[in-house]
Amino acid sequence: MSDIKIHIQNPDGTLSTLEAPTEMGLSLMEFLKASEYDILATCGGMALCATCHVQVISGFDKLNEATNDEYAMLDTLPNITDTSRLSCQLRLASNMDGITVKIMGDGLS
Amino acid sequence: MIQTDIAIVGAGPVALFAIFEAGLLKMRCHLVDYLPQAGGQLSEIYPKKPIYDIPGFPSINAQELVDNLLKQAEPFKPTFTFGERIESLEKKGERDFVLTTNLGTVIQCKAVAIAGGLGCFEPRKPEVVGLDKFENGKGINYMILDPEKYRGQKMIIAGGGDSALDWTIFLSSICSELTLVHRSEAFRGAPDSVTKVMELAKEGKIKLLLNTNLLSVNGNDKLESVSLKNIKTNEEQTIHTDHLIPLFGLSPKLGPIEHWGLQIDKNAIEVNTDDYSTNVPGVYAIGDINTYKNKLKLILCGFHEAALMSHSAYKYINPGVKYTMKYTTVNGVNEF
Repeated sequence: MSDIKIHIQNPDGTLSTLEAPTEMGLSLMEFLKASEYDILATCGGMALCATCHVQVISGFDKLNEATNDEYAMLDTLPNITDTSRLSCQLRLASNMDGITVKIMGDGLS
Repeated sequence: MIQTDIAIVGAGPVALFAIFEAGLLKMRCHLVDYLPQAGGQLSEIYPKKPIYDIPGFPSINAQELVDNLLKQAEPFKPTFTFGERIESLEKKGERDFVLTTNLGTVIQCKAVAIAGGLGCFEPRKPEVVGLDKFENGKGINYMILDPEKYRGQKMIIAGGGDSALDWTIFLSSICSELTLVHRSEAFRGAPDSVTKVMELAKEGKIKLLLNTNLLSVNGNDKLESVSLKNIKTNEEQTIHTDHLIPLFGLSPKLGPIEHWGLQIDKNAIEVNTDDYSTNVPGVYAIGDINTYKNKLKLILCGFHEAALMSHSAYKYINPGVKYTMKYTTVNGVNEF
């Protein structure tokens, strides 16, 4: 199986663990949306709106380097952290196994 | 007052195609959009991106699609109000509606199609208590409309994106004192602007505070100072200022649509898929703003919804009148 584990830190501090498929070419944003997390992702995954902002609580160094476009978009945010990423730019793959993220973006409400 | 057959809330691709479909049925449309131009997200967020799933176009740039839709709608002489947001939707008499914008423009119509996409793009606000106390001309603004207003004034800009950098450069020669506050330790925007901002800071023309968060906004009737905290050293400081401009990009909000008596589910309007009507007869919702079982937020689905909406709106506007659908290949496009 090529599933990986993604841990989500909920607003109350508790952790949820999801099994994520790596063979479908999904981004973390798409996977979180499909898992019914409250995530807006206005632009649909083009790194153009920053509404899918996540803070990577652990495993940040395992991720692929962000592109300049992603950095530029992250810099517009009021709540950017040292380990902020746009979840639409993180393609589910084995390097992400076991990371923990916290959803920081604009929700649906 | 503007009078029309169908008032369309929004001017994105689905709204534009609705003009065409309504036009084939001899109904006129007036469109209102908060953005300054037609095209919605396509023109505002991704004008140069290719779209690959428009039937008949293996690939088309977003702005090109918008231009084509405008051209296609042209024979039906649509009218537009840009830069205004519909605040209220009210019934007028038995069947008609009156819509009013934030700037007081009034539109009277026989049916309403809400094609508002994701809602209105509103400035993203930082989580600082009491910001709203100083909005409305008391020191805090989220957009810079008239830079001259800041001549000789003390000002703080918060943010690290392109617009924060560009405005800092522009206003540095206008303000008496300008501080740029950014939460990160670096800027990763357009390299030219970053270099220029760094130079201004070096020359002492602006004060640059990196790794710094807004802590609180202080004052009585108007903004007097802003307290800041360095997130690395935990050092706090308070800077006296006349203005604070947080520039943190735009985020979509459903906005006033929530209060129009429509059934809403998770920021989207529930519709009947027979004709994309809402729970209010004569009011329809098409495109990304509606929701129904198996909804796909695709432009092509919005086009289909616009066609069915137009036929239903025709029946609503002309009760009892019989008509048959005519193909454009048979009838052509009969312009107004």
